[in-house]
Amino acid sequence: MTAEITRINTAAESKLIELFGAAKGGVYSGASLDREAAFARFAKSGLPHRRIEAWHYTDLRSILRDAYAPTVAPTEDTVALARTRLAEMHVEGTRVVILDGYFQAELSSNLEQPGVSTRSLIDVLGGGPSGVIDRLAVSALEAQESVLSLNAAFMQGGAVVSVAPGAVVETPIELLFLTSGQRAGAVTTRSLVEVGSGASAIVVERHEALGSAPSQSNHALILSVYDKASLHHVTMSSGAEAATQTVASIIANLGADANLVSFALVTGFGFVRRQGFLTFNGAHAKGDLRGISLLDHQGHADTTLVVTHKATHCESRELFKHILDDEATGVFQGKVIVAPGAQKTDGKMMSRAIFLADGATMYNKPELEIFADDVVCGHGATAGFLNEEQLFYLRARGIPEKEAQALLLEAFAAEAIEGVGTDAIREVLTESVGRWLRQRQD
Amino acid sequence: MLEIKNLHVEVEGKKILNGLNLTVNPGEVAAIMGPNGSGKSTLSYVIAGKDDYDVTDGEILIDGENILDKDPEERAAAGIFLAFQYPVEIPGVATMTFLKASLNAQRRARGESDMSTPDFMRVVREAAAKLEVDPDMLKRPLNVGFSGGEKKRMEILQMALLSPRYGILDETDSGLDIDALRIVAGGVNALRAENRGFLVITHYQRLLDYIKPDVVHIMSRGQIVKTGSADLALELEKNGYRDYVADAA
Repeated sequence: MTAEITRINTAAESKLIELFGAAKGGVYSGASLDREAAFARFAKSGLPHRRIEAWHYTDLRSILRDAYAPTVAPTEDTVALARTRLAEMHVEGTRVVILDGYFQAELSSNLEQPGVSTRSLIDVLGGGPSGVIDRLAVSALEAQESVLSLNAAFMQGGAVVSVAPGAVVETPIELLFLTSGQRAGAVTTRSLVEVGSGASAIVVERHEALGSAPSQSNHALILSVYDKASLHHVTMSSGAEAATQTVASIIANLGADANLVSFALVTGFGFVRRQGFLTFNGAHAKGDLRGISLLDHQGHADTTLVVTHKATHCESRELFKHILDDEATGVFQGKVIVAPGAQKTDGKMMSRAIFLADGATMYNKPELEIFADDVVCGHGATAGFLNEEQLFYLRARGIPEKEAQALLLEAFAAEAIEGVGTDAIREVLTESVGRWLRQRQD
Repeated sequence: MLEIKNLHVEVEGKKILNGLNLTVNPGEVAAIMGPNGSGKSTLSYVIAGKDDYDVTDGEILIDGENILDKDPEERAAAGIFLAFQYPVEIPGVATMTFLKASLNAQRRARGESDMSTPDFMRVVREAAAKLEVDPDMLKRPLNVGFSGGEKKRMEILQMALLSPRYGILDETDSGLDIDALRIVAGGVNALRAENRGFLVITHYQRLLDYIKPDVVHIMSRGQIVKTGSADLALELEKNGYRDYVADAA
């Protein structure tokens, strides 16, 4: 006898069904992607929950109490708000502005410049080329990740950035995601950055809220780094402190001799799930995934990575640092898969956490699945409080307790910033960490 | 004046200091000698304010004010400086950054403004030159990979910069070769001043050949058991501590 188990939709899931019904054929029409099929895939499995291993410590099904309606396309008011903010920002190279999920050519700068071409996701989905549409689809992953199906069903916009083969783009390409934050809403984006053979580029992804209304975001970013190409990718957020729930997926594919450094700075007290899927498709490539999460109150940040070595002689590195205050929770899950034949793989992952309060929690789960016999793979995880001897030494020299803690924590975080992007980017990251630590002191 | 009155200290229920009395006058160099386990290092940590110690009775006074309720940073600002027996390594914090943070923290605590960067660089360079500290060392993370001698010189450099009212040297001679000992002792002697007192804690008499004490205290089982002139140290060197720990047997 077999028992059919019927899944009962949660309030948020029911709301999503209702929202998709209302939206389809409306604002999203005209694109080549089959949103209905994507939503059907999502509806079948629902939101991921704790019984799915990759979501064990981040039960989205119970965390998401409600689903917000998609943010509306920018209006005169929200565009004016964005313009005011943009006027304060210096721009040098390419800057793509995505406002409330919608690509804004008029607010962007230097979309076309030597070696860099940028288009709107919706335009590409509508007009091709088909190869790019295929790469945007990430269909194999979508089958496993219902949040990606949800992303496909609701995506409002995004950018497709192409760096021409051989181009050396020194000025960072900025992907600026602004949310007007005037009323609660859900933002869904999908973007693709392609770095052609032998090219090199730096992409800075910034998320900024211009108002403090709560938001739910589902971002997907696909990075294709072709043979001998190099990409540094940095994600950070700033702006109004809002109640945010974010799911961000990064899907990166590396060609032979390619080099990727991807860094994420997470701060605040919202809910963040960052998942990375890095695949080595060609030999002798290097992939380096890093991150710093600074969390307080009841903030929850989950970093879940799947690194797949399909080619020989590749090197993967993962280094993640959490600083957890109050009742915050950090999660690090790192899985390294070495496919049969991917000999001479060198994979290392490290997760370190420091607690600033007794109520904070850290979950570390490293996993190795190795199907080749000539590989070097290692992992490590530490979690603990600040070193009392070091603190006492600093205080005995007159440095007040919080300042002494900040010095030690800045030093703790600094390791993850080394070698990321440019001097200017590292300075911004170091300052952001410092700002968070100082705000603790006040 | 630094006064320690009837100080009783326990660690995890074990009595370490048993009614210790001691006075260090401004301008005075007082040496404390004693066998291992007599409580010398505990005394230095308790004065500096480390919190692993339970002070069950007694007082530590600077110019009549009890400092036992103060945090370590407040004691530092009040003029206490402990030169650690084992200076702590702090990876990721450049020595220069640390020196500036501590100097300015103490200035702020005293209501003074921060020292300007050029002034700071000048005083650090001068102090480093006197102690034969390689300026490159100041760029390295604090104490990380420093040799024993370098660590101790760095302690004295900090003392010179912070110009405390009372310098407590906890076994500063341990792990030093004769050249390093000479440099470190020279650094301390250069800081001797009418308004500054020193408490030099040592196991061996050797350091006192270089830093001549005004008074020598012998410590045993958590108390000062004898006080005398510099000659007392020589006598100890000859006879050992057995006369003072006899009742421990």
